Amino acid sequence: MKKFNLKKLTFLVFIMIVFINPLYSAESSDLLKIKWSFKGLTGKFDRASLQRGFQVYKEVCSSCHSMQYLSYRNLGEAGGPEFSTEEVKAIAASVEIEDGPDSQGEMFTRPGRPSDKFKSPYPNVNASIAANGGAYPPDMSVLVKARPGGADYIYSVLMGYNETPAGMSLDDGVYYNKYMVGNKIKMAAPLSDGIVEYTDGSEPTVDQMAKDVTTFLTWAAEPELEERHKMGIKVIIYLILLSILVYFSMKKIWSRVDPKV
Amino acid sequence: MSKEEKKVNRRDFLFTASYTVGAVGLGAVVWPLVHQMNPDKAQKALATTEVDISNIEPGKSITVLWRGKPVFLKRRTQEEIAEARSVSLNDLPDPQKDEERVKNGKDEWLVMLGVCTHLGCVPLKDKGDYKGWFCPCHGSHYDLSGRIRKGPAPKNMEIPKYEFVDSNTIKIG
Amino acid sequence: MSDHEYTPKSKAGKWFNDRLPLLTLSAHLSDYPTPKNLNYWWTFGGILTFCLLTQIITGVVLAMHYVAQADLAFASVEHIMRDVNYGWLIRYIHSNGASMFFLAVYIHIFRSLFYGSYKSPREIIWITGLIIYLLMMATAFMGYVLPWGQMSFWGATVITNLFSAIPLVGESITTWLWGAYSVDNPTLNRFFSLHYLLPFLILGLVILHIWALHVPGNNNPVGIEIKKPSKDTVPFHPYITVKDAFALLMFMVIFAGFVFFSPNVLGHSDNYIPANPLVTPSHIVPEWYLLPFYAILRSVPDKLGGVILMFGAIFILFVLPWLDTSKVRSAVFRPIYRQFYWIFVINVLMLGYMGAMPAEGTYLILARVGTIYYFLHFIVVLPVVGLLEKTDPVPTSISEPVLSSGSAPSLAKKDNEKI
Repeated sequence: MKKFNLKKLTFLVFIMIVFINPLYSAESSDLLKIKWSFKGLTGKFDRASLQRGFQVYKEVCSSCHSMQYLSYRNLGEAGGPEFSTEEVKAIAASVEIEDGPDSQGEMFTRPGRPSDKFKSPYPNVNASIAANGGAYPPDMSVLVKARPGGADYIYSVLMGYNETPAGMSLDDGVYYNKYMVGNKIKMAAPLSDGIVEYTDGSEPTVDQMAKDVTTFLTWAAEPELEERHKMGIKVIIYLILLSILVYFSMKKIWSRVDPKV
Repeated sequence: MSKEEKKVNRRDFLFTASYTVGAVGLGAVVWPLVHQMNPDKAQKALATTEVDISNIEPGKSITVLWRGKPVFLKRRTQEEIAEARSVSLNDLPDPQKDEERVKNGKDEWLVMLGVCTHLGCVPLKDKGDYKGWFCPCHGSHYDLSGRIRKGPAPKNMEIPKYEFVDSNTIKIG
Repeated sequence: MSDHEYTPKSKAGKWFNDRLPLLTLSAHLSDYPTPKNLNYWWTFGGILTFCLLTQIITGVVLAMHYVAQADLAFASVEHIMRDVNYGWLIRYIHSNGASMFFLAVYIHIFRSLFYGSYKSPREIIWITGLIIYLLMMATAFMGYVLPWGQMSFWGATVITNLFSAIPLVGESITTWLWGAYSVDNPTLNRFFSLHYLLPFLILGLVILHIWALHVPGNNNPVGIEIKKPSKDTVPFHPYITVKDAFALLMFMVIFAGFVFFSPNVLGHSDNYIPANPLVTPSHIVPEWYLLPFYAILRSVPDKLGGVILMFGAIFILFVLPWLDTSKVRSAVFRPIYRQFYWIFVINVLMLGYMGAMPAEGTYLILARVGTIYYFLHFIVVLPVVGLLEKTDPVPTSISEPVLSSGSAPSLAKKDNEKI
C-alpha cells in the first residue's frame, strides 16, 4: 500500500507541476526578467524606488493613463511609497478636483485632498480613446495584474522599443515593440534618458525609470503585498507548529489501537 | 509519580497544548472577519473634514456634511452671544453655559451637529421661539447656543470635536 | 443510528435532548464506528466540509461590500481589496478557496473511483455527491462572473450562449437566462442572488450525503464489508477527528501558500481588465477546474452535440454503480482495472490541458481522442473489465495480512461471495 501511494503521488505531483507551468506562464520565457525586490516569500518594495516611480508616473504617464482606484492618501500608507503627511497633502493639493453641485446647483473645482481618488486625465473612456488616436491608454490601477508576466512584462515593454526590423511597415502612430503581443503598440516610447529629473538625484536612465515606474505600478496593483507576505510567513509557521502538535497527538491516540493493519 | 501517571500527564499536556494552540489560531481567524465590518479606510479618510469659514458674515451660518451628518457652523454677532449668555441655567432642560459650547477666544463660532437630539431630524435655522433653531418633526426649540429650551428633545445639540487650523479654516473630527 | 441508548449527563441536557435530540446526534457522530484501516485519501471529506464553510463565511462577508451592478462591480472588488479592513485577505481566501475546494473534490471523487466507494450499497452517497459536484460547478461559474472582468463577461457569454443550441426553445431560454439580449446587468444581478443561494443547497445535500454514508458506514481501502462496531473499527472521535485535523492542517499549508504568496497564479490575468462587450479576449478559458469539460464541449464541431456530450460526461457518472460489473470493490485487488484507472486519470488531465489550449490542430485532435476515450472508459471498459478480470484474492478481514495471489487459498474470498 505504501509503495502505491508514494509512486502514484509523485507521478501526480509531477504532472501537476508540468501542467501548471505552461498553462500559467504564457509567453514569460520571452520577457526580460529582473530580480525584483518584491518577488519571493519575503519580497518587499524598495521605498526610494516607489517614490521615484511615482514621480515618473506623475510626470510622464498620468497625462494619458488614469489610476482611478487609487487615492492620494494611499501614497502615505504603510507598505507603499510612504510619503509624509505633508507631502501627501501637497501632492493632492497640486491637482484641481471637480466637486459639487454647490448651493446654486453649479459644479466647481477645488484643490485635491488626500481622501480624493487620483484625478483622471480624461473625463471618460471615450474622451481618452478620441484623444489618443483611437487607442485606449489603459487605467494603471491593476495593470500589472492584468498582463501575463506582470512586472516583467511592463518593464519589457518599456524597454522594448527597438529599431523596427527591416521589411516591417508601420502605420502612422503605430510603433514597433519587441515584447508587445503582435509587436505593434500605439504608444510612442514614453521614456528617454533624462526625461524626468529625479528629486533624489538618481540618474534618470530609461532602464532606471522603467524599473522605478514598474515597481510603483506593482505597488499600485498590490498595495497589500508586504503585509500579505509578512502574514503569510506567520500563518505558515503557525500551521506547521500546530501540525507538529496534532501529529504527535494523533500518534498518541492511535497507539491505543493494535498496529496490525 | 508512577510511570503510568507520568505518561498520562504528558499525553494530557500534548492534547491541552494542541487545543490551546488551535484556539489561538481560531481567534486569529475570527478577528479579520469581525474587523472587516468596522469603518474601512475610505470611511476613515473622510472622518475629518476641513471647512473654509472666511466667507461667513456675522449672524450667518452654513451647513456642511461630516460623516454623513449635517454640521451647523454659525458666526454669531456680539448681541447674539450676549443674549445666549444671559440665560439662567435653571431655564435650561439640559443646563450648559454658552462658554462651554465654544472655543476660547472664538466665541463667535458655534459648531454643532445639526441633528435634533430627540429623534434625529435636522432642525431649521432662524426659526423657533428662541431665535435659534426649530425642529419641525416634533416641535423642539433651540436657542442661540444650540441648547434645547422647549419641546421633547432631551439634550442640547452635540458639539463635535473640532479645531481651528487657522483663522479661516476649521477642521471637524 | 437507531440506538437511543445515549443519556445526557446533565438534567438540562436531558430536558433539551428529549425535545430535540441534538445530544444524541452528537454522541452518534462521536461514537460512529469507522474502519481503522482508512488511509489519508479518506480525509478529504472532512477537508471538503472545511472548504464549504470557508467559502460560505468569506462569501457572506464579501457580500457586505460587493456591489452587483455592471458599472460598479469591478470597482467594488477593488474597494474590498484596498479599503475594507482585511478585504484583500478575505477576497483571496474566497477566490483561492474555490480552487482548493475543487482540488479536494477531485481527489475525493478519484478516491471513490479507485476504491469502489460508489458500488452497492453506497449508490445514493455517490449520487448525492454528484449533485453536490454539479451545484459546485454552477456556483463557481456564477461566482467567477461577479467581478465583471473580461473573463467574467466573456466566459458567461460563451456558456450561456450554449443554451441557444437547444432546438425550438433554445433562443427563448437563453434570453430568459440573460434577462436581456446579451450578458448584461440583469444577468449579473441574478447570478449574484443564485451564487449566494446555491451553497446553502449544497450544505443541505452534504447533510444528506453524510446521512446516507452513516447507514452502511465507510468503505475502506481493502473494499470489504466490516462489522460495525468491531475490533476492525474505531470510534470517529478521537481517532478520525485527530487524523482529519492533521490532514486539514497540511491542506491549509498549501492553501496558505496560494493565498499569501501566489494569489493570482490559478486565475487569468485578463480578469483584471474590466468587462468590455466590444472587445473579445484572444483566448476565452474557464477556471482550471472546468477545463476537462470545456475540452469535451469544444471537441464536437456541432454546437448542440458539444453541449450534449459535455453534460453527458457528467450524467454518465450517475449510472457508474451499474456500469461497473465487478464483484470486487477495491482496485487494490483489481490489477487490470487499476491500469485502466490510471489511464483514465491521465486522460482527464490531458483533456484539462487541451481545454486551456486553442481548439485547433493537434490540440483539437487530442481533445477529440480524449473525449472518445472518456466515454469508452465508462461504456466499454468498466462493464467488460468487471466481467472478465481475474481479481486478486481479497482478504476476509482487515486485521489479517493480505496475501499475494495463490499462496493461501483458504483466505481468498469465495467467488460468489457478495461483498
